[in-house]
Amino acid sequence: MRVITTLLGAALAVTATACGTDASSSGDKVTLVAYDSFPVEGTPVNDALAAFTAESGIEVELLIAGDTGTMLSKAALTAGNPEGDVMWGVDNTFLSRALDAGVFDPYRAAGLDTVPAELTVLVPDAEATPVDFSDVCLNYDIGWFAQRGLAPPASLGDLVDPAYADLLVVQNPATSSPGLAFLLATIDAFGPDGWQDYWRALTDNGVEVVDGWTQAYTERFSWTGRGPRPIVVSYGSSPPFEVLFADPPRDDSPTAVIESSCFRQIEFAGVLRGTDEPEAARRLVDFLLTDGFQRTLPLNVFVFPANGSTELPPEFVEFSTIPEAPRSLDPIDIEANRADWIDEWTELVLG
Amino acid sequence: MSALEVRGIGVDFDGLTILDGVDLSLHSGEIVALLGPSGSGKTTLLRVIAGIVRPSSGSVLIDGIDATALAIHRRRVGMVFQDNQLFPHRTTIDNIAFGLKMQGVGRAERLRRAALWLDRIGLTGFADRRVTELSGGEAKRVALARTLVAEPLVVLLDEPLTGLDRELHDRLMTELATLLRATGITTLLVTHDPDEAAVIADRVVQIDAINHPA
Amino acid sequence: MAGNRLPRWLVVALAAGPATGLAVFFAWPFLTLLAEALTGETIASTIRRRSTRTVVWFTLWQALVSTAVTIALGLAPAYVVARYEFRGRTLLVGLLTAVFVLPTVVMGAAFLALLPDSLDRTVWAVIGAHVVFNLAVVVRLVSLAWEHLPTDMESAAATLGATPRRVFAEITLPLLRPALTASAAIVFLFTFTSFGVVRVIGAPGTRTIEVEVWRRATQLGDLGGAATLALLQLAVLGAFVAWSAIAQRRSSRALDLRPAISRRRPVGRTEVGRVRAIAGASAALVVAPLLALVVRSFSTPTGWSVSAWTNLGRTEIRPGLRIGIDPIDALWNSVRTAAWATLFAVVIGALASLAIAAAGRSGRFLDVGLMLPLGTSAVTIGFGMLITFDTAPVDWRASWWLVPVGHALIAVPFVVRATLGVLRSVDPDLTDAAATLGASPSRAWIETVVPYLWWPLAVGGALAAAISLGEFGATSFLSRSGGETLPIAIERLLARTGSLLQAQGSALAAILALVTILLVVGVEHAPRIAPRIAPAARRDRSRRRT
Repeated sequence: MRVITTLLGAALAVTATACGTDASSSGDKVTLVAYDSFPVEGTPVNDALAAFTAESGIEVELLIAGDTGTMLSKAALTAGNPEGDVMWGVDNTFLSRALDAGVFDPYRAAGLDTVPAELTVLVPDAEATPVDFSDVCLNYDIGWFAQRGLAPPASLGDLVDPAYADLLVVQNPATSSPGLAFLLATIDAFGPDGWQDYWRALTDNGVEVVDGWTQAYTERFSWTGRGPRPIVVSYGSSPPFEVLFADPPRDDSPTAVIESSCFRQIEFAGVLRGTDEPEAARRLVDFLLTDGFQRTLPLNVFVFPANGSTELPPEFVEFSTIPEAPRSLDPIDIEANRADWIDEWTELVLG
Repeated sequence: MSALEVRGIGVDFDGLTILDGVDLSLHSGEIVALLGPSGSGKTTLLRVIAGIVRPSSGSVLIDGIDATALAIHRRRVGMVFQDNQLFPHRTTIDNIAFGLKMQGVGRAERLRRAALWLDRIGLTGFADRRVTELSGGEAKRVALARTLVAEPLVVLLDEPLTGLDRELHDRLMTELATLLRATGITTLLVTHDPDEAAVIADRVVQIDAINHPA
Repeated sequence: MAGNRLPRWLVVALAAGPATGLAVFFAWPFLTLLAEALTGETIASTIRRRSTRTVVWFTLWQALVSTAVTIALGLAPAYVVARYEFRGRTLLVGLLTAVFVLPTVVMGAAFLALLPDSLDRTVWAVIGAHVVFNLAVVVRLVSLAWEHLPTDMESAAATLGATPRRVFAEITLPLLRPALTASAAIVFLFTFTSFGVVRVIGAPGTRTIEVEVWRRATQLGDLGGAATLALLQLAVLGAFVAWSAIAQRRSSRALDLRPAISRRRPVGRTEVGRVRAIAGASAALVVAPLLALVVRSFSTPTGWSVSAWTNLGRTEIRPGLRIGIDPIDALWNSVRTAAWATLFAVVIGALASLAIAAAGRSGRFLDVGLMLPLGTSAVTIGFGMLITFDTAPVDWRASWWLVPVGHALIAVPFVVRATLGVLRSVDPDLTDAAATLGASPSRAWIETVVPYLWWPLAVGGALAAAISLGEFGATSFLSRSGGETLPIAIERLLARTGSLLQAQGSALAAILALVTILLVVGVEHAPRIAPRIAPAARRDRSRRRT
């Protein structure tokens, strides 16, 4: 019996000390919540954050919360008692949900004047801060199609052609922001009454659905992930990555973009409501808009910086596709119908 | 030709010889009592005849046919177990009618015949009674009726009156004797009570006389 | 204990803790869920939605099929275990039980490892996992009944002309029916509320009601719809439990009073062969997934290696990109959470047991009340807590103790069952003797009854730890980023198709399986090591699936 009590006591002591670390540590620390494709270490993005710490004395801890949808759901469920201090990566398709749930504390970031008006139109009261934009587009593996002598698809409509059966991988719009953007693109293309038939046809044609961009692009896509699917929903700015990190080096892009499928995506960051460190959080948001940080974005997160005065690396410009007229939907429409559209999509595609 | 004959039956179990070289013969309609103390192998012999236990040697002949390799349900040997083994999930009349059901007799017919037997054993009105509610004597009568209604070629009784109180024992003893004589079926009954054997049976055989375990 | 009752105020004081905990952490969230769900709009829209019907239908038929297959596959092993004595019999029963108590994500991981890719994430994989999981229920319950079925009764039927098939149909099956329906009911309950297995093995579209509740709440933000579904499930379950209780009361209990017949060794080549085949096949059925799990953890993209094990802490997708969950962190989180959950469960369980034992008749209320969390699914508990404790002054979402409390809610009934059994079997004469020697009622209790508590509390604690380590349903709702537990880490890793990540997930699952089995095997052997102070308490094996 004595053995048991001593064991219990020891266990208690261990856990008590372990739990003590729950209390806030000394010095300023700010937690940046981001999605799983945000680099955690070793890239210029992280160097820039380190520079922020050196300059301001505020340590930045990265909390990867999963794909965008998961990250946002958690934020919505923990609104007012958040898991971090600043959140990076809510995009225009998910923004209304975040604002409805009261996830953010409005804050007018310094440097907001460098951001073009078309990016701030969704946040007139500085509810969140635009930090980058890109276009969600279908990417395909050039070599894969060339090898088989198959002409690559040129439009959304081509994807339902049996010639392209079992070649497409998309993301679940409930959990992934490019996934949702792609769904919205099809709604824009085929109308609020026609997209259902399109997706039915896609399902019949063997479309694969995964939860997040990382999984789709780095595991299922035939070029990057050496997976089975040569067509994937990704970004207009994904090809530069393939050029820059090609091994052996090459000077052309192995992947291409279907321009007519592109949907404009704007990403936001913001101070989480209820954070313990509002001051430090605001300073970090300010930093995220500075040129020092924004210029790391193109070649590491593969998006365009929101800061209009940031210079773009030439390779980035050369290989990314900036569509002339990317698709978009009225934000009011998105806000009103998003949940129903996702529900309907789930029933149609996932069964 | 004897109605029931066992020749040279031997049963070994776990290295122990329970029966060895047992010979016994009953002619048609005869009621024979096998007498002996408990543990002498009488019940085992019954089980061999019924087909429940496989003998290590010897043969069982029923109406002249070698039944040694025959499955229990093909032998047409009825057995009344010491603890009756009435089916608890069936009513009294359904218990009695069970053998007829197995023979494929239609529902109305078998219930009629079972009801006749209910009267015969003096339990009219017990048809829908749950067997778990029957007294010791009533249960024994039902077990008997269940076996006899199916008109087996041979009836085996394992210590039918053991464990009953004095009054019930005596009453049932005479009833049993009357019933068995009336049906005229070849009967082998096993008991350790010589009085019982004398009243019910035509012939009494001592197990020790026919069983010679080494 | 008649003349030696504990003073009223003491009983109330003992019961206060558990009762308050139950009220705050179970009843209140339940009411919140009710309020959230019972708005006319959400009910209407939930019923109208086609996916509701699809999900309910799917949950129903997969549970029915799983139950049917489990019963069918469990009959032969039950027979063999009931009637025969053979080498490895105890091992087989132990194996089945060990598999039964495994965490759901572990079973899911094992099946992912076992099945070829073509069957991965199909409904059949889900059903297969359900069957292997619940085989123990059928084998144990049915063999228990079968042990009491006299062979002579079957022989009697045979002498009346019944062929072996008819004996089975007319005698065996009807007499086994209570055990069959009881085990079928339990298996149905578990498979109906299946969450972890479906999350891990199922394709994104495969959703049981539990999974749909979770999905609507966490992915779609539709709290009202999720709450309605949760209550719909509770209603279905409640109706089912009521129906099966009535059905069981009516069926014959005739076998109960008979003594168990003794088992014998199989005799003859055919019998021995049959017994070996059945026992071997059953053992293989439950061992194969676990073996596959271990094997899978060594299978990496670069061939067989231990890199999944050595790199357990690193979950890199590409240079610089991580999966967002740290397995080693998750391991420590799980250990910490389990330690606290066990502590809570043991303390509350001890207080509750003392109160229930001392309160006599009225103790039933607390007893039944504490069992209620077992009847509600873990997902419902977690969900309820999440939406209840989200505003000041009870904004406890970020509290470190919320998850352990949720686990304790589920574990307390097991502690109570173990302890209460021992408490009730203590000879009341002992307390009376102490009283005659001058001890006040409370003192008599402390001296004669309380010392017996240590062992069942240790046993209950081990069970609580095992439950907490493997809990997935409630934790899916309550855990915060950075505070994930091992089951959640496993599920995340296995959701990826990257081979190394799957190997890591399998490795973690294997660790979890081992710890759970060790804990439960320790519990199984407890009566033999325990000091001979009281008859071994009968532990309730109908463990809730999380």
